[in-house]
Amino acid sequence: MMIQLQAKGIEFGYSSTPILKDVSFEIGPSKLISIVGPNGSGKSTLIKCIDRILTPSCGNILIDRKDVTKMDRMEIARNLAYVPQSSARTFSSNVFDTILMGRRPHIGWLSSSDDEDKVWEVLRLLGIENLAMSGFGELSGGQQQKVLIARALVQETKVMLLDEPTSNLDIWHQLDVMNIVSDLVKKRRMTALLALHDLNLASKYSDGIIMMKKGRIMAVGDPASVLTPENIEAIYNVEVAVRSQSEEPFIVPLKQIKMNGGRPNHDGKFFSNGKRRSRLPRTFSEIKEIKLS
Amino acid sequence: MAKTVRRVTTRAGKRSRMQEAHDSFVFARYLFMMLIIATIIILTGVIITLGPLDISVAEAYQALINRFYPGYFNVEPLTSRVVWNIRFPRIVGGILAGIGFGVCGCVMQAVLKNPLASPFTLGISAGAQFGISLAAVIGISLVGGPYLLIGNAFFFALLCSCFIIGLAAIKGATSETLILAGIAVNYFFSAMSQLFKYFADDEQLRLMTSWGMGDLASFSWTKIPLILGVFVVCIPLLMLKAWDLNIMTAGDETAKSIGVNAEHVRIFIMLISSVVVATVVCFTGTISFIGLVAPHMARMILGGDHRFLIPASGILGAVVLVAADAVAMNIIAPTVIPTGIMTSVIGVPFFMYLMLKGRRKEFWT
Repeated sequence: MMIQLQAKGIEFGYSSTPILKDVSFEIGPSKLISIVGPNGSGKSTLIKCIDRILTPSCGNILIDRKDVTKMDRMEIARNLAYVPQSSARTFSSNVFDTILMGRRPHIGWLSSSDDEDKVWEVLRLLGIENLAMSGFGELSGGQQQKVLIARALVQETKVMLLDEPTSNLDIWHQLDVMNIVSDLVKKRRMTALLALHDLNLASKYSDGIIMMKKGRIMAVGDPASVLTPENIEAIYNVEVAVRSQSEEPFIVPLKQIKMNGGRPNHDGKFFSNGKRRSRLPRTFSEIKEIKLS
Repeated sequence: MAKTVRRVTTRAGKRSRMQEAHDSFVFARYLFMMLIIATIIILTGVIITLGPLDISVAEAYQALINRFYPGYFNVEPLTSRVVWNIRFPRIVGGILAGIGFGVCGCVMQAVLKNPLASPFTLGISAGAQFGISLAAVIGISLVGGPYLLIGNAFFFALLCSCFIIGLAAIKGATSETLILAGIAVNYFFSAMSQLFKYFADDEQLRLMTSWGMGDLASFSWTKIPLILGVFVVCIPLLMLKAWDLNIMTAGDETAKSIGVNAEHVRIFIMLISSVVVATVVCFTGTISFIGLVAPHMARMILGGDHRFLIPASGILGAVVLVAADAVAMNIIAPTVIPTGIMTSVIGVPFFMYLMLKGRRKEFWT
């Protein structure tokens, strides 16, 4: 089985506060994988560590079996594209120039007509060619998100990392962005790794889900095996009803579960790929059995 | 196999309306660059005519061309001497100073991600003023002779920025760190200069105050090659980072994800622009308005591409500075108003006009 993106024992922390603890997983080509978990679980930090925006204290990240930690920044940018959560800019520029920035890892001082043609192609692919000369700051949240995806697309990488791409979007634009990412995975055979808050979006679009809490991977597998009432209750402290909607689990939140002395009231039992796990997967060899290839 | 470059066109084989709009925008950028270059050339000819000796615009250009092609035009020796030795060096000095302030203001705003940043954000002017005060009041100087004040101003200007850059390199070169450290250093050296002023006699006080107002009077042919040499080395280095600056305005995280090491670029840009500004400021004194506003003027018209913005900011800085200096010299002749005062008096209303009337406000926040 081919592996596109592999993480081995990633750890990261700010001074004495650990954020990520022994995070390992494998993802195959042409997969859409969502990372879910409560606020502060380390989803965005994991995405940034994979792209080396943040430097992990230990662990390895491999793309096509090449170690990202041994690549220079330009080489990483030729292999991994990142769509940030925030699009705040000090000085605005037009949409065309914003997307052209994504060609930086492939060009020198001058952009060629070939580079510009790639920008036009992506603008048409995402249906935003009419915005090419608009100022980035004038766009709506959904349009800005499409422009950021377009900028990542012109980097021409095999793997795209998206940090909460649907936050701050209405439900129409949430579906629009997720459909775009899903299409890219299917048609361009890209691998997409997304940090997501919305469990139903993750369920609807993902080939696999990584569930995190307090910097650890708690459950890994396909949506039906990970998004179970027990797992969600244990991770989020929320009682949910899980219904089946055209084979995908559909989550209805019911009520919060009271915290027991500030600690979550769960028994530490997690489920993955239909198997009951009595403790967290801690090592890469353990994780291999639940890889997302 | 040869790589096939396929032009993206519509089904009818034509470029789309948006592509044509983009082509027009790129053409407009080049046109604007040509226009401001033409403006500075015309302005030079016109300003040379201003002064006690009557010289026409044609005579001004003829005198300049005659220096390179002797005998090509028949120009009076007196006219030639006045143009070449008195009026033209001041204009060239103004152009160089304007380019230096404009270019450095542009790159500083980009790396600090702050529209209020200027070439003096790292405390360069306060450092230079301290150097001048030290030489004027106590007589302590690193070099003697005609460079007594200039040498001190250059050294302390560079010392300030190097201190801040060093601090940022150790603690992390975020824009916030650099701005806060710059403000702190500014306050410290300003306070030290005030202390010198407190003990200075009238002559020393006049010297320190006039330097602080900013003036182009000290430019001569002996000093211009020094500035030109620094520019020839430093400005291309800044231009090489134009792409990285475009990306850095989108934030450090985005910059890193697109392959730009934001912290390294920030320190590199700071170092190079500090050398440029310190070189200019030790001759001119503090002319603070140009470096702040010229990049904004360029950004309003050209958008956010630093491949155009950097040179345009420099040339616009030169246009504003040279025009302001001409007014300062002639408005109540024979009294000459310090250039630093006149750049603000003329530039601020013009800038406010652009800010209120500018149609491309989306490029400028």
